[in-house]
Amino acid sequence: MCAASSPVAGRDGLAVLDAEEIRRALTRIAHEILERTHGGDEVILLGIPTRGVPLAHRLAGRVAEFEKLTVPCGSLDVTMHRDDLRLHPARALGRTELPADGVDGKTVVLVDDVLYSGRTVRAALDALNDLGRPRAVQLAVLVDRGHRELPIRADYVGKNLPTSQREIVRVLLCEVDGQDAVMIGEEGSRP
Amino acid sequence: MKRHLISAADLSRADALLILDTAEELAQLADRPIKKLPTLRGRTVVNLFYEDSTRTRISFEAAAKRLSADVINFSAKGSSVGKGESLKDTALTLEAMGADAVVIRHSASGAAHRLAGWVQGSVLNAGDGTHEHPTQALLDAFTIRRRLRGGRGGTGGRAAPPYGGSRGSSPRTNTALDGLRVTIVGDVLHSRVARSNVLLLSTLGAEVTLAAPPTLLPLAVGSWPCAVSYDLDSELPKSDVVMMLRVQQERMTAAYFPSVREYSRRYGLDVARMARLPEHAIVMHPGPMNRGVEIAAEVADSSRSTIVEQVANGVTTRMAVLYLLLGGTEFPAVTQ
Repeated sequence: MCAASSPVAGRDGLAVLDAEEIRRALTRIAHEILERTHGGDEVILLGIPTRGVPLAHRLAGRVAEFEKLTVPCGSLDVTMHRDDLRLHPARALGRTELPADGVDGKTVVLVDDVLYSGRTVRAALDALNDLGRPRAVQLAVLVDRGHRELPIRADYVGKNLPTSQREIVRVLLCEVDGQDAVMIGEEGSRP
Repeated sequence: MKRHLISAADLSRADALLILDTAEELAQLADRPIKKLPTLRGRTVVNLFYEDSTRTRISFEAAAKRLSADVINFSAKGSSVGKGESLKDTALTLEAMGADAVVIRHSASGAAHRLAGWVQGSVLNAGDGTHEHPTQALLDAFTIRRRLRGGRGGTGGRAAPPYGGSRGSSPRTNTALDGLRVTIVGDVLHSRVARSNVLLLSTLGAEVTLAAPPTLLPLAVGSWPCAVSYDLDSELPKSDVVMMLRVQQERMTAAYFPSVREYSRRYGLDVARMARLPEHAIVMHPGPMNRGVEIAAEVADSSRSTIVEQVANGVTTRMAVLYLLLGGTEFPAVTQ
């Protein structure tokens, strides 16, 4: 964990979750995963890069702490399966790292920071399809900001955040950004 | 990155590293049950081959197909080229058929450059005469990096934090070939592979030395970013990589060396010469090989040789190039 620094309002907009609240939300999600999967048997946590990956590792850490259970943890890059590739210059790929046993027959929990249009999750489902046949796929997100464009919902939500489409939600995590916070800002306030 | 890939000199260090890093991620695909990605669905890649080729054509075809692009193969044999159709007219025909990328191999140096002025899509140079073969240089750099730099992330590659960011700041994007000594041996004069490799490897920070008989070095070699030596034996002990070039008999219009036997004695890599290399050094060859001329069969089949690996890496590297050129918007501008 990085030094507890209170997020600064202004540059990135308004802080809606601070480090403590993120910690509590993840703790609750970890309990919910254990509850819903009957003790976390045959569960794999797959984070979607960039910020889904540290979140998946944190959830795995909590599960290990509560139940003395090692849940395999990995990452799933969805870049090559996105439907908006042609709207941007080609982007660098993230890392896909699967646990050694693969995903066949397992309960895969996809982990991401923000659920918005649902298109990233659709791409993740497609990417997962090419990797094997999980028994079930579930979705955990830190923030659900609404405005879905596809019939997708999350199984575990850290915080429901009603937003306008003009707003920008940004999750900051120690591992990537040096601090934990969820920020909400108006369009254009992002550096 | 530019729209076309004509020369290894078009690639900045950042571009080259982006291609190598992308290839590193795509390499995982080879271990998966489904070796295909939907990324280039609906895009058309034309393989325009005026010159014979096995591995490059198949490699580009496999790369495009693994990215779900449609591939049209065109070889000069059995086409209207036999009836006298010019390169430009052929290019305009391809243009009318809606090719998003044209992969061209031609016996004339500069063919790819000319083609780029005629078609809308991306042009990928798959070898033009004795000029350049940039994707070969990229796959060679990729092979060197994997073998001697442990792929991504430098020394601590796999042990790096699992949540490494994908935007330029992660450690792996800094892994170039700085400080590695690469010796390229043989027929540099007729070699497009040598030129592309000298340009790309020096961009990536490697120290390149050409070892060849004076008759097989180009006139302007003094302006290349590399050193030149006529004595292979003195270069071997300080080389991390030895890249043997094929003696291109089909392009030789004069007597460049007294006899094949003599060439082989002085510049061929045999077992005794290989023993002079440092413990970790690797032996590369772009293929096709003349076994017994520039490389002995025992050397080609030894564990130090990366020749088969280079072919496998070729598909991966070309997938990375196709993805970066065609995967984004019409006119990609990847350079940050």
